[in-house]
Amino acid sequence: MKPTNTSNPDYYHKVVDCQWACPAHTPVPQYIRLIAQGRYGDAYLLNRESNVFPGVLGRVCDRPCEPACRRGRLEEEPVAICRLKRVAADHREDITAMLPKKPQKTNGKKIALIGAGPASFTVANDLAPLGYECTIFEKLSKPGGLMRSNIPAFRLPEKVLSEELDCILDMGVELKLNAPVNSMDTLLEEGWDAVFVGTGAPRGKDLNLPGRWPKEGEEVCENIHIGIDWLESVAFEHTKSIGKNVLIIGVGNTAMDCCRTSLRLGSNTVKVMARKPRQFFKASVWELEDAEEENIEIMVNHSPKEFVIENGKLTGMVFELMEYEIGENGRITSQKVTGETTITCDDVILAIGQDNAFPWIEETTGIELDKWQVPVVDETTFESTRKGVFFGGDAAFGPKNIIWAVEHGHQAAISIHKHCQGKMLTGRLPNDVELTSTKMGMFEWRYSNSFDASQRREMTHVELTKRFAELDIEVELGFTPEQIATEVERCLNCDVQTVFEPNLCEECDACIDICPVECLSITVDADEDDLRASLSASEKIDGQALYVSDHLPLTKRVMIKDENVCLHCGLCAERCPTSAWDMQEALIQIHHADDQDDGQKTGIQL
Amino acid sequence: MTSFTKPLIRRKNEPTNALGLIRSDYDGAMSTLCAGCGHDGVTASMARAFFELSIEPHRAVKVSGIGCSSKTTAYFLRESHGINTVHGRMPSVATGAIAANHELAYIGVSGDGDSLSIGLGQFVHAMRRNVNMLYMLENNGVYGLTKGQFSAAADMGSTAKKGAINELPPIDPVALALSVGATFVARGFSGDREQLVPLIKAGLKHKGFGLIDVISPCVSFNDHKGSTKSYEHTYKYYNPAIHADYVPPSAEIKAAYNAGDVMPVELHDGGQISLRKLENGYDPRDRAAAVNKLFESAQSEEIITGLLYINEDQKDMHEMARMEDRPLNTIPYAELNPGAAKLKEIQKGFR
Repeated sequence: MKPTNTSNPDYYHKVVDCQWACPAHTPVPQYIRLIAQGRYGDAYLLNRESNVFPGVLGRVCDRPCEPACRRGRLEEEPVAICRLKRVAADHREDITAMLPKKPQKTNGKKIALIGAGPASFTVANDLAPLGYECTIFEKLSKPGGLMRSNIPAFRLPEKVLSEELDCILDMGVELKLNAPVNSMDTLLEEGWDAVFVGTGAPRGKDLNLPGRWPKEGEEVCENIHIGIDWLESVAFEHTKSIGKNVLIIGVGNTAMDCCRTSLRLGSNTVKVMARKPRQFFKASVWELEDAEEENIEIMVNHSPKEFVIENGKLTGMVFELMEYEIGENGRITSQKVTGETTITCDDVILAIGQDNAFPWIEETTGIELDKWQVPVVDETTFESTRKGVFFGGDAAFGPKNIIWAVEHGHQAAISIHKHCQGKMLTGRLPNDVELTSTKMGMFEWRYSNSFDASQRREMTHVELTKRFAELDIEVELGFTPEQIATEVERCLNCDVQTVFEPNLCEECDACIDICPVECLSITVDADEDDLRASLSASEKIDGQALYVSDHLPLTKRVMIKDENVCLHCGLCAERCPTSAWDMQEALIQIHHADDQDDGQKTGIQL
Repeated sequence: MTSFTKPLIRRKNEPTNALGLIRSDYDGAMSTLCAGCGHDGVTASMARAFFELSIEPHRAVKVSGIGCSSKTTAYFLRESHGINTVHGRMPSVATGAIAANHELAYIGVSGDGDSLSIGLGQFVHAMRRNVNMLYMLENNGVYGLTKGQFSAAADMGSTAKKGAINELPPIDPVALALSVGATFVARGFSGDREQLVPLIKAGLKHKGFGLIDVISPCVSFNDHKGSTKSYEHTYKYYNPAIHADYVPPSAEIKAAYNAGDVMPVELHDGGQISLRKLENGYDPRDRAAAVNKLFESAQSEEIITGLLYINEDQKDMHEMARMEDRPLNTIPYAELNPGAAKLKEIQKGFR
């Protein structure tokens, strides 16, 4: 096998599973170490460089990092990364002085940002300190986009959101509220240097079943709601109550927010109706758990058939009872209807997905939309088919999540910066890696290398009897100091890399013997399958490589390492008599708009 | 941190042996030897061999003398019996233990200092008696614990770390073993686990005295240019000649290599040792051939390793001395200690 090229910046980046999985590549182990030292402000600032909204994301992030966590591969539960992010946000000291500032003077370039959600705010965050004059247009009366309208306050307190938006506005960003953009043509005529569209995917899907639409002379039933519209109406206090019996159709994260919000607006019984069995649910596991903790019943294998309307009033819904056969690959191979049932209810909330909608973008603008009304956007530059018009967040490629919107914002900001300088949008700085040894002395490393066998800490919730009194009682209480102290030690510090120098190796096998997970071996060079066979328990996991060294000097064999299960405990380096193994901290340099010109971050240096 | 520990962690899908134990269940305390010590490699090989043979740790006994090598009994099989004896006196203590209970798996760990100088007499007589144990001689040619004096195993002309030249001829434990009647004689290298682990397994299953002389470099005092027991020198002149695999009685014996290259040797437990990589006509059951082979390769500066000699026909000590078959701790007290009257009767027989 060819020796591994560890100078490729992606090699060590991939080893840091959480950072690799995060769309914005947040340096998780690095900020967890700062939290462990009680440097909450620094941890917050480090987070902010990549994910911009640590307080928001520390509560409601989709957490792609957690299923990726190495710890989950070794035992069961990943590190509570998201909760630790919230710790940094909750306990940070006043860091205002450390934030990027409004520049002394602007560079005269005017940027229009449409929609005051996470994508637009990220673009503003990246560009305003560089001198760009950013103006955000928002159709509603408050900024935040779906972070405000679709995420209920019991999950994300308004104060947390507002604080993080305000610090971006304080960089000299202009925010125009109640200012919908109704025509792209008109906006473009105003002479902006660049336009960014971050309007999300605002159209909730409807369910066209019998009973949904009125017969002639009747009115549309008031008790059938579109989930995201209904949540928005609750967030802006237009809707303050709901019926006693509520059915939610769909079982994604919006459905979870709808059912839990219903409980807080006065319903007694809320049922979430799922068409398929549990393994096909789209909602995150923890959101399902939180809803079920509140005694929400989730009914599987119920496919909606008809709304029952009596005298113009919704009285229930008819469902077909489904049965599925599931193949070995976990997919449904066949389905059949076994019966029908009517479930009475006062209200139905439809939470079955959302679409992009751009009725305000005229064809004459030259911005091409595909047949699903999704704009044609370059996946690297986020530029549309019209020069100088960029898309990001859900508006770009359909519904994803906040952390993706943030990353889109970062990338679009780089493009806008290049566009305004008349440079090629594709000439972007590649990621790079900086390695520094963590050895301090015998048995001493610059990180907490010993393996801590503690189990994942559980988040404490407000008691069930108390949490429904107000809509905005935050259910999760945050970690206690004891929980923080334990959870930070669970992090394996995957960014402290095992770096091997084959020329120093004298093949004493000490590293192989000491490795607690037996992920090392010295063996005759062969193809990958044969090399893996020489390890005691090597599993092939997507993305995790088998490290293969150059030929060793004494026997011309190779050192191999399965990156999949390494604990980063440093024992191989501790036991190595010649320091062929070293534990080196890998700082993965992710570039944003601020360092595109000279590679020098203007942000915070820790 | 002033020291470190190896974390015990049970991974998902970790392989288990027939007893349901994982490999690290056969580990011991953390080694306090120098980083890179060959002895740690031998220790790891023993843990793996016991794991693969599915020997219950409490059915094993570890005995050792004094020295770096003799410390290592603490570093594997944490749930076994064991004793550190006086310098060079391990064979006597092991002999006594085996006389009391010959049903356990006995492993003696010693070094070239412990076995070839102060304990030479004990070592030789345990081999003569064919005591049923596996004797691991961790051979680094140097007294590491006292900072690098030559041992009796140091080759002529090899140098100490500071440059002094050894002018005395070495004692070769393998040659010694062949001459005094050991019935399983092998040489290994701590750096070749693929050879060493099967050798240990075969040695544990062999009935009688098994010696494995393991070249086990001392990284601190004998790993320099001029040393003939360094990693570099050993790798350079290394010849893994005769590979021995233990095949348990129940297992179907697979011909994984050309039938002509494989020589099966039947063991007392119904299993067999299958020998491969044999050179033309070499038969490890032929003692004269083994002696020849050993001296020939020594002359050509080659370090010949593998199972050099095996004899399954020789009775072990227990059988030769017609000792009680039952372990003494299973014998009722009255029978074990028949009383003063019986003693007098026995004494009469000697008058």
